[in-house]
This record gives sequence, C-alpha cells and structure tokens, in this order.
Amino acid sequence: MPIQIEIISPEKVLVSREVDMVVMPGMEGDIAAMPERAPMMLLLRGGVVSLYENDTVTDRYFVGGGFADMTATRCTILADEAKPVSAISIDNATAQLEALTEVWDKADKNDISRLDVLQEKILSVRAEIDAGSSGF
Amino acid sequence: MASLKELRARIGSIKSTRKITSAMKMVAAAKLRRAQASAEAARPYAAAMRRMLGELAAATKGEEGAPRLLAGTGQDKIHLLIPISSDRGLCGGFNSNVNRLTLQTIKKLQAEGKTVKLLPVGRRALSFFTRDYADLIVDKVTGFSGKDVPFSVASDLGDKINALLEAGEIDVCTLVFNKFRNAMTQVPACQQLVPMVMDDVVAKADAASTTAEDVAQYEFEPDEATLLAMLLPRNLQVQIYASLLETAAGENGARMTAMDNATRNAGRTIDSLSKVYNRTRQTNITNELIEIISGAQAV
Repeated sequence: MPIQIEIISPEKVLVSREVDMVVMPGMEGDIAAMPERAPMMLLLRGGVVSLYENDTVTDRYFVGGGFADMTATRCTILADEAKPVSAISIDNATAQLEALTEVWDKADKNDISRLDVLQEKILSVRAEIDAGSSGF
Repeated sequence: MASLKELRARIGSIKSTRKITSAMKMVAAAKLRRAQASAEAARPYAAAMRRMLGELAAATKGEEGAPRLLAGTGQDKIHLLIPISSDRGLCGGFNSNVNRLTLQTIKKLQAEGKTVKLLPVGRRALSFFTRDYADLIVDKVTGFSGKDVPFSVASDLGDKINALLEAGEIDVCTLVFNKFRNAMTQVPACQQLVPMVMDDVVAKADAASTTAEDVAQYEFEPDEATLLAMLLPRNLQVQIYASLLETAAGENGARMTAMDNATRNAGRTIDSLSKVYNRTRQTNITNELIEIISGAQAV
C-alpha cells in the first residue's frame, strides 16, 4: 500500500504523488515515513528527502529545514525551501556558506539564540553542498 | 474657441496617452495572471501549516507559558500597524484605501490612549505616513512590488515583528492590506497577527480530532512546546506572505481596472475633441467662403 507524499515550499507544491517510503532528515535523526505509521509531527533539519518505490530511490529533494506531518496514509513536508537535488548549484551554495561564515565570525558570541539560528543555517547549507556534490 | 492647430495637438497628445494606458492595462493583466497563480500556489503551504498548528494548539491547550506570538504579551498598550501598499501608483484608489483605513485605525487607537507604531510596506504607504506620522514609523520595507514577491521579504518582516515582540516594544500587531476579491474589487481590511486569533484554528482542530482519520494521538519530535515555538514564527511569515501576494495581485487588478477606465475616458475625450475639431474646420471653411463670395460681389 503506497503513501501519499507532499513536499510543499512556501511558494508552491513540489511533489504530490504516491510512493512506498519516504526517508527524511529529522532534527534528531533520519526518519522514514511508511504506510500505517503512527501519526507524528517532526522538525526537520537541512538535508535530503528520498522517495522510495520498490526499494529503490526514485527521487531526491533537498529541504532546508521545515516540518513534517505524518499519518497512516499521508506525509506532508513543509519545507522552508526545497528543490530537486539535481537543481542544486554548488557555486551558489558555496557562496552562501562563505557569507554565512562571515556573519558567524562577526556575530556576538554571547547571543546564544542568534548563534543557534546561524549554526542551523550553516549546517543546512553544508548539507546542501554535500547533497549536490554526491551526485545522483 | 481653440484654433485648429491647438485642437490637433490636444487630440494627438490624448491619443498617445491612450496608447500608454492601454499598454499598461495589458501589462497589468499579464502580471495579474502571474500574481494570482503564485497566490494560489502558496495556498497549500498555508493550509497544511494551519492544520499542523491546529493539532499542536490542541495538544498544548491549557499549558502555561505559551509563546508570545500565540498569546501576546498579555497587554494591549502598544499597537504595531503594518499597512501594505504597492510601490507605484496609477492603480486607482488601491493605495489610498489602505492608507485611509490605517489612518482611521491610528486615530481610533490613539483616542483610546494606546501607543501606535507603524511599519509601512511599500513606497506609497511610506510616503503617505512620513508626512504626518514620521515619528511613529519604526521600520519600513519597500522596493519589491511589481515583481514576483520573494518569500524572504515575508520572512524578514516576520523576524522583525518577532524581535520587536520579544523586546517588549509591541503588544499587538495588525496588518492592514487589500483583500483580493477579484480583479475588479479589493477590500481593505485589518488582520490581527499577534496575539494570534486562534478560534477558527482550534475549532478546526477539535473537529479534526473527532473525525475518523486522525483518531490516533500524535507523537511530537521534539516536544510540543519546541515545535510550537518553531512553527509560530513560520506561520507569521506565511500569513504575511499571503497578504503580500494578495496585495501584488490586487495592485495589478486595480491597475488593470484603472487603466481600462483611463483608456475608455481617453477614447471619449478624443471623440468629443474630434467633433469640435471638425465643426471648427467647417466653420472656418464657411467663413472663408463668405469672405470670398462677399469680396467677389463687391467687385
């Protein structure tokens, strides 16, 4: 029995179809959504969402953090930003990482909440570069 | 009476104005279609967000220490108004409607003894309020309308509001913008962002939890409070984004209507001027003939 997956970014719906399994990067570790799963809400870190059909990965999407809402029959991913892994531009991402690193260096090291946000962004961009350079 | 030359010049200038207004109408119509499409594309995210927020709100209902974005600061003293206008004019009453409603709200709040702060979005609102209320303006956002609205505008604005709220500089935050009914009508309206109006969300959540689909209890990772703290700023941004998109669509709709009217008016003016022109020309010919004939008779 397949599961309905939706990957939605603020601008548009990227994917809406049925697959066998979805593996997504949870804040506390990767999690797979499968049919008949107990309903769960999940905070996502920046990383790659893989869609499985018949035990093979058919599509990979990069999400830059967000939320996931899983039930027995569907899985909705609300991504802060999302794109197919093939659309990642490593040059852009590298430039972004450099800009973020610069901000990090200048940031007030006592402002923990700001550092947290920055760190998450940096990790997300690093994950984007990793995903883009691993090829697929 | 104006001379033939003057009339010719006026007809010519109105003709070129008509060309411009009808071109602007075409451009606005094309942009309207794009803006409407992107407003529609953004709807699923907002809907899914509302659903998750409803579940979370139901799960955390009754717990203490709700985030400020949800519950506000518990006070009602300092109001932040965010009028959302376009950057450019020539779109009928679109911007002045928003400005007028904001002005009324400012006056009403001030009469109640509340402190008002302003964060105008779009150049039209900014210049309008800079004239009389420059000291109320805490920040501004301009220079994006007319293009595709990037989500980053909304997220920056959301972060600013959040920062003001956390710093205790505002208690209540309200958007004033044109709700998009259809291409012809936009209705200016106020929408309170903070504290969040949760009635419909919670009601929906209650309804949802009694339906068969989601009977099972939700698991949350990390815990509900952390998720809620992450989800609320997002929701704020999404609401702002939706209103920005509606403004973009409304602006183009209003401009299309205004330019359509202008084109029609120009056509009418050209018609009546042409009539005057032809009459004047006939009169002139008649006069000349009379002069020639009476000259010939005198000889």
